[in-house]
Amino acid sequence: MTDAHPTTIADTRSALLDRKVSAVDITRASLAAIDRLNPSLNAATQVFHDAALQRAAQLDARIADRRAAPLPLLGATIALKDNICLDSAYGDARTTCASRTLEHYRSPFTASAVQRLIDAGAIIVAKTNLDEFAMGSSTEHSIFGPTRNPFDRTRVCGGSSGGSACAVAAGMAAAALGSDTGGSIRQPAGWCNLFALKPTYGRVSRYGLVAYASSLDQIGPFARCVADTALLTSAICGHDPADSTSAGLPSPDLTSDLDRPIDKLVLGVPRQARSAANHPAVTAALDAAIKTFSHLGAVVIDIDLPHAEHGIAAYYIIATAEASSNLARFDGIRYGHRAELAPSDDLFDLYARSRAEGLGPEVQRRIMLGTHVLSSGYYDAYYNTALKARRLIKRDFDDAFAGTARAASRPSHACHAVLMPTSPGPAFALGERSSDPMSMYLEDIYTVGVNLAGLPAITIPAGFHRDGASNLPIGLQLIGPALAEGELTRIARMFELATSHSSIRPALA
Amino acid sequence: MANEPLSLAETRKVATLSRLALTDAQLEEHRHHLGAILNHVRQLQALDLAGVEPMTSPVQSVNRLAEDVPGPTLSNEQLMAMAPHGAAEPPFIRVPKVIGGAESS
Repeated sequence: MTDAHPTTIADTRSALLDRKVSAVDITRASLAAIDRLNPSLNAATQVFHDAALQRAAQLDARIADRRAAPLPLLGATIALKDNICLDSAYGDARTTCASRTLEHYRSPFTASAVQRLIDAGAIIVAKTNLDEFAMGSSTEHSIFGPTRNPFDRTRVCGGSSGGSACAVAAGMAAAALGSDTGGSIRQPAGWCNLFALKPTYGRVSRYGLVAYASSLDQIGPFARCVADTALLTSAICGHDPADSTSAGLPSPDLTSDLDRPIDKLVLGVPRQARSAANHPAVTAALDAAIKTFSHLGAVVIDIDLPHAEHGIAAYYIIATAEASSNLARFDGIRYGHRAELAPSDDLFDLYARSRAEGLGPEVQRRIMLGTHVLSSGYYDAYYNTALKARRLIKRDFDDAFAGTARAASRPSHACHAVLMPTSPGPAFALGERSSDPMSMYLEDIYTVGVNLAGLPAITIPAGFHRDGASNLPIGLQLIGPALAEGELTRIARMFELATSHSSIRPALA
Repeated sequence: MANEPLSLAETRKVATLSRLALTDAQLEEHRHHLGAILNHVRQLQALDLAGVEPMTSPVQSVNRLAEDVPGPTLSNEQLMAMAPHGAAEPPFIRVPKVIGGAESS
């Protein structure tokens, strides 16, 4: 068996309840896949051999006790992006954010979203690599070195949740959690041929997610099929009193209605999705998907998101402004790296040297950019302007969902979802963009608008670009109005049933 | 200069505000990249933003009051255990002198 999890989470659960397999067997297979593949892929930064097997044994005991109610995620092996807190009592876990400053940080608590998965019967097998503090689009800015794409090891797997995407694509875990601030879940999922969902802002508690940009960050799942994506999303959504921005809504059930197609589906394809900067394979995948949805009876219409082109500018001002404030806590005092000081050094030296030594260049750059755009004399020109542009970007989406596009020459349909590429191209080569931050930022052109507007989006495997010996995955995303996770997963399910892209796995030695 | 939105002196000031002790070479590299980013974000100046309200968050902020009852909290031992090596002298944190330094002049 080359894949630890050949089936869905629901199938694994059924097999466990029917006593065809044990949770310990499932966990051993997952750990064996990590041990075999991780040396060449570098997806996992910590592996919880003992703690995961102990947890599996507890679950097996629970299964044997027929009085216990069956758990929805029973036996699901999960990899966690390493900016999501896991109590260090579990396998001496660290929460490092792939940063020198938190290299030895032991969290005294577990993030609410993770606790929900554990309570639902999941088994945490590993922590995964990321761009330091989730700042990046390639998982190259990490003290652990880059994660490699399982479809082509000379290429990046995207980022910043690259390790989570790689781990699921390579079969190291059934599913994973990542965080999405400007595309950090969707872009690596697209480049690793996975489904992944960025929930509506406020749907999933951010308690225990190390903050990058608090008005944009959301935790979301990676999976190999829509059913698993729906199951995980249902499990992690829900109100949490520990997060003041958590929506006061109960957890949705995205699974029971999943196979019911959307009647009279209307999809909007923005004119901006056909950027001249697109790789031809991306535009080809978009055209093929439009054809597929049309065959399924959907009405696919052209729409306009006139302010989308300003997304990158608004995003990199707002996200870095928030980051400069959030990362002020890494000061060498309460936690994190602390510089060795000379007797003449004062408190300022302690802060500034600890931070310069503990934070990598990309994180330093974003803190400096955010500090600059918030500083006296620049606040209005940059930060306030970006917040206004953000509202216009959100209005464009609102218009698409309401069918009230201002620029439309004719009455427009209200869209159930917006269909567009996840990224303008397939995965790039390791090192190709790391010397030019601006070119890396432009990779996020299709993803940042969703975070600025706080909307849900799901990325779906939509084809491949054949490049020499490599088969590089192409992802498309479906963006919905706030709280439309149910509709999005149903549309993704329609596409999954009509195509075979997601069944293609990387060839792993 | 149109292509140099940030001078080295301004970059140094931003580094000080950011509490980052950087070498001249690091400052120069940051100045170069920050300049490219600031050039890109200037495009927002072309937007007509009259009458547009700034949007700080996707959710309407509502003041939610918690019940005034004790809940679980981290112990002093747990918090002190997080402090870097050499910083913790329970129940205190050791810091260098506070008076003086780059910002006090």
